[in-house]
Amino acid sequence: MNWVIGLGASTLAKINGVGRAFLMLSGALIAVPQLKNVRLTIQQLYVVGVQSLLIIMVSGLFIGMVMALQGYTILVNYGAEGSLGPMVSLSLLRELGPVVTALLFAGRAGSALTAEIGLMKATEQLSSLEMMAVDPLRRVVAPRIWAGVIAMPMLALIFSAIGILGGHLVGVDWLGVDSGSYWSIMQATVEWDKDVVNGIIKSIVFAIVVTWIAIFKGYDAIPTSEGISLATTQTVVFSSLAVLGLDFVLTALMFGIN
Amino acid sequence: MTTRKTELMVGIFVILTIAATLLLALKVVNQGFSDTQSSYTLYAKFDNIGGLKTRSAVKVGGVTVGRVESIYLDPEDFNPIVVLSVSDSYQNFPDTSSVAILTSGLLGEQYIGFQPGFAFDDFVVLADGDFIQDTKSALVLEDLIGQFLFSRDSD
Amino acid sequence: MTEHLVEIQNITFSRGERLIYDDISINIPKGKITAIMGPSGIGKTTMLRLIGGQLVPDKGDITFKGNSIPAMNRSTLYHNRKSMSMLFQSGALFTDMTVYDNVAFALREHTHLSESVIETLVLLKLETVGLRGAAQMMPSELSGGMARRAALARAIALDPELIMYDEPFAGQDPISMGVLVKLIKALSEALSVTSIVVTHDVNEVLNIADYVYILANKKVIGHGTAAQIKASDSALVQQFLQGQADGPVPFHYPADAIQAQILGAKQ
Repeated sequence: MNWVIGLGASTLAKINGVGRAFLMLSGALIAVPQLKNVRLTIQQLYVVGVQSLLIIMVSGLFIGMVMALQGYTILVNYGAEGSLGPMVSLSLLRELGPVVTALLFAGRAGSALTAEIGLMKATEQLSSLEMMAVDPLRRVVAPRIWAGVIAMPMLALIFSAIGILGGHLVGVDWLGVDSGSYWSIMQATVEWDKDVVNGIIKSIVFAIVVTWIAIFKGYDAIPTSEGISLATTQTVVFSSLAVLGLDFVLTALMFGIN
Repeated sequence: MTTRKTELMVGIFVILTIAATLLLALKVVNQGFSDTQSSYTLYAKFDNIGGLKTRSAVKVGGVTVGRVESIYLDPEDFNPIVVLSVSDSYQNFPDTSSVAILTSGLLGEQYIGFQPGFAFDDFVVLADGDFIQDTKSALVLEDLIGQFLFSRDSD
Repeated sequence: MTEHLVEIQNITFSRGERLIYDDISINIPKGKITAIMGPSGIGKTTMLRLIGGQLVPDKGDITFKGNSIPAMNRSTLYHNRKSMSMLFQSGALFTDMTVYDNVAFALREHTHLSESVIETLVLLKLETVGLRGAAQMMPSELSGGMARRAALARAIALDPELIMYDEPFAGQDPISMGVLVKLIKALSEALSVTSIVVTHDVNEVLNIADYVYILANKKVIGHGTAAQIKASDSALVQQFLQGQADGPVPFHYPADAIQAQILGAKQ
């Protein structure tokens, strides 16, 4: 009997949490846009976007290089090393670009957002804003949500582009695949609306989910050191799982059913 | 001071994104016959299109001249009709031209092979909206095997 | 009869299962310093949050300038908050801004003053708390007492009618404590603001408070002027004022008799 009660209680608590998350989102985003908030968003774009740029670019480069290396060793058995271009670019544009960017973003920017907002709560900065008649949802939460949602698709595009260049570096410059066929077969296969745009859509969905989880976990954290460390861990774990799960759903919707 | 630096870095971030998008748009994505490039439409009716898909290539002697715009079924005789979008830079195909559904390599993708007909003295040029009369359907492997077995049985 | 800026009328408040206030009433006279004292864990900070509208009581009403705070909608509440301010226990300075920007924050958010006017105002406020020289320091570079003074400068930036001090003396050395006591008194007299000081530092606050409330066991156990409180014959009040370890507030957290627990465990 006890475990049924436990199950019921934890289900109610989860639903309660989802409700609070929606309240936070609506409180933050349903507002008249102001010029001041654009400036705050740009500032946050620097924090979540520019500061994640290096890790994204380095990861993109290496993943593109590894893909070319692995792909080449398999494709060369079938004399199909010309298909290296589409293999690298399609994997990056459809899957690895959005997914790996989202995972790295959750680890780099998401955890930082959770910790920052959690600490602002623990040190009463959020309460203090409220008492100064400044809504922390609009002043603190909203610019961070917008910045996260804008930054991640940008990072994913940069990731894919650098990965394709990295694939070129290994496949063409090192392993000797013909440069012309690397690009031309890629061009014959990759389609703008099907591959690039779908990748961007995935990335926007991931961006919303990861940023939302990260900020809500910080905003809802228990304001103690354990609470914030727990919230930071949960941000990384929950958003990674959400990204991978959603990726399957989105892939099935976009590419699975013709 | 700090805000200027922040804005500069965000500006660089935006420029990098635009550069990445341009690389994808110009170098990675096929620059085939998009909607922006002017093209004209031809129709062809087949018995069987096999594995032909929208956006499959239309080739003349291996050179891509257009793409399959759409495929639908003729509601009267239930034969598939393929709509071809051919670039404006390739004009003046005679109306005796024929199209066939071919496969690139043994397991490759299917495409439309366009065979320009002979140009007689007073030939008629295929224009926008015309039907190509002479079509060869896709080879369906199962049908071929079936025919082969059938003909062996009857021997 | 004195005019009351804040009136707390018969409120009951509980957090989760735990009852914090049971039907208590407190009146805050305008332009005076009112102290709310009590043992730790009694929910004194909660009282300030109720007045600030961050929490809503289960029962009863809280009025600010005659308007009910729990009944206000969001924009009225935010409008009213501009004339209150709160000094948090930790100071709650924004850690990503200098002291100067912290004090200028509310002015920049709520007024359309030019930057040069804001500069004058901010420097004046910082001068009041004696931190004009620390304007360009970051909050992390300040000592605890300085951080609290900087937060006080920020709290008075918009010239509020009500300042709420949450444990202003907690963890301060005697000099900082003296400075803060002097500042609270001076601000109250010079700007004729209403002050609510929540604290358990009896001696400091009895020197400056015009009126004192003592909370314990979810109730108001005593109230009056400092002199009246000192002369109170309530055992509970006297225990609190003199800091006796045992008394009506017991030393032991409620438990079974120790003999029973220890001997019972052996059997």
